[in-house]
Amino acid sequence: MSIQQTDIYSIALHHRFQWEDAQNCYVILFPEGMVKLNSGAGEVLNLVDGQRTVAEIVTELKAKFSDVPDLENDIFGMLELAIEKAWLRQIN
Amino acid sequence: MTQASLGQSVVQKEIQNQNNGVAANVTRTQPLWLLAEVTYRCPLHCAFCYNPTDYDKHTQNELSTEQWIQALRDARRLGALQLGISGGEPLLRDDIEDIVIEAKKLGYYSNLITSGVGLTEKRIQAFKDGGLDHIQLSMHDITEEINNFITNTKTFELKKKVAAMIKSHGYPMVLNVVIHRYNIGHMRQILEMAEALGADYIELANTQYYGWSLVNRSQLMPTKEQIDEAERITNEFREKQGSKMKIFFVVPDYFSDRPKKCMNGWGEVFMIVTANGDVLPCHSARVLPNIEFPNVREKGLDWVWNDSPAFNKYRGDSWMKEPCRSCSEKEKDLAGCRCQAFMLTGDAEGADPVCSLSPNHHVITQAIKDSRNPLIASQPIIFRNDKNSKAIIAGELNDRVKDFHALP
Repeated sequence: MSIQQTDIYSIALHHRFQWEDAQNCYVILFPEGMVKLNSGAGEVLNLVDGQRTVAEIVTELKAKFSDVPDLENDIFGMLELAIEKAWLRQIN
Repeated sequence: MTQASLGQSVVQKEIQNQNNGVAANVTRTQPLWLLAEVTYRCPLHCAFCYNPTDYDKHTQNELSTEQWIQALRDARRLGALQLGISGGEPLLRDDIEDIVIEAKKLGYYSNLITSGVGLTEKRIQAFKDGGLDHIQLSMHDITEEINNFITNTKTFELKKKVAAMIKSHGYPMVLNVVIHRYNIGHMRQILEMAEALGADYIELANTQYYGWSLVNRSQLMPTKEQIDEAERITNEFREKQGSKMKIFFVVPDYFSDRPKKCMNGWGEVFMIVTANGDVLPCHSARVLPNIEFPNVREKGLDWVWNDSPAFNKYRGDSWMKEPCRSCSEKEKDLAGCRCQAFMLTGDAEGADPVCSLSPNHHVITQAIKDSRNPLIASQPIIFRNDKNSKAIIAGELNDRVKDFHALP
């Protein structure tokens, strides 16, 4: 599937996304497993809240990480993989 | 893009089975998974139960609600995230609701691991309100006959009712089916049943031989051909139905050339607090010699995890012997399971005999042969119940445990 700028996603049902002090990272928790997210993926998924569009997420992250080249491609790549892993669901 | 570009998967079964979970790190580990075996009492009497056969000693000295809540708090502070509430049958305790509420408050992702016996509308509603994240239901077969035989109870209809209840309360449907000689021929029907029940996850757990299942090994073990066929059917089913239902097929180690990376490493990610408060790095660690396992009544979990001799004993690889010590694959499996090595060979530091490079590998090939020997395999199943546990403690069933170096 291809992701559109206007798409809105949220964390999938039965999954939980949260910050962990002890691990110093964001994690995704789900039945029988968990994933410790690296900082880039954590930043992206932290903005996936069922409200923001993909375009808004890109804009916010570009403002926050203005020195990172090709950020938009990275964000799309991460979202694609997260969707493939069934961590996200589209709500619009 | 690869998994690594997003993060690191931990204690996820499909990953763990490929032995590429968290890398061993002696100096800094955190318990990510806390298993609370809140009671050894159980209304079912499953022949394949991994609980210790002498569990009857620990049915009268269970931790109190307050002690469980303290253990949850301490483990969370250490970094534990996933909480399994298991047993025995946890629902035999009437304080699971309190434990669930505390787990939610602390930020655990909590899982009730149950046979379904004792789950009522009232209780499941309380779990939902309290913030329990999911319920893992054990199923045994598609036939009433095998379900009731292997669990030694009449629970078939009840399990179907409980499955519907779990679904109607908006929980993910997570099924666990232990696979053995009596149901391995029904793999396709079991998967179809799971699909019909609307399962989101199903774990097909080939029996591993610990506790009661070790005593009943010759009676439960399927043949290699049956396992290959079961795996083929599972893969075929997976391809056909896509990603709607996640299927985990836990490979039986007796038929592998290399051992499993047991628990992802000793004291790496798992911590188990048992009904009486003993803290273990794995389900059956109490069989090991010369280790004193700490108890939460006496010691805090911080000390247990970081400093106790028990949790440090098999961290890293300095304890390993040959052929493991110089083996190029030692990081992949960390020499396998300590309990299995000791139970079957009498050497807790030796290679897991499942490994074809182990000098004791013959005990595994012999066990496989025994399971096909009609004289041995036709011995009666010793079901997990209080009477048999008492008999085993009293030494009355010695002929069934005499080959093992500790009481299973």
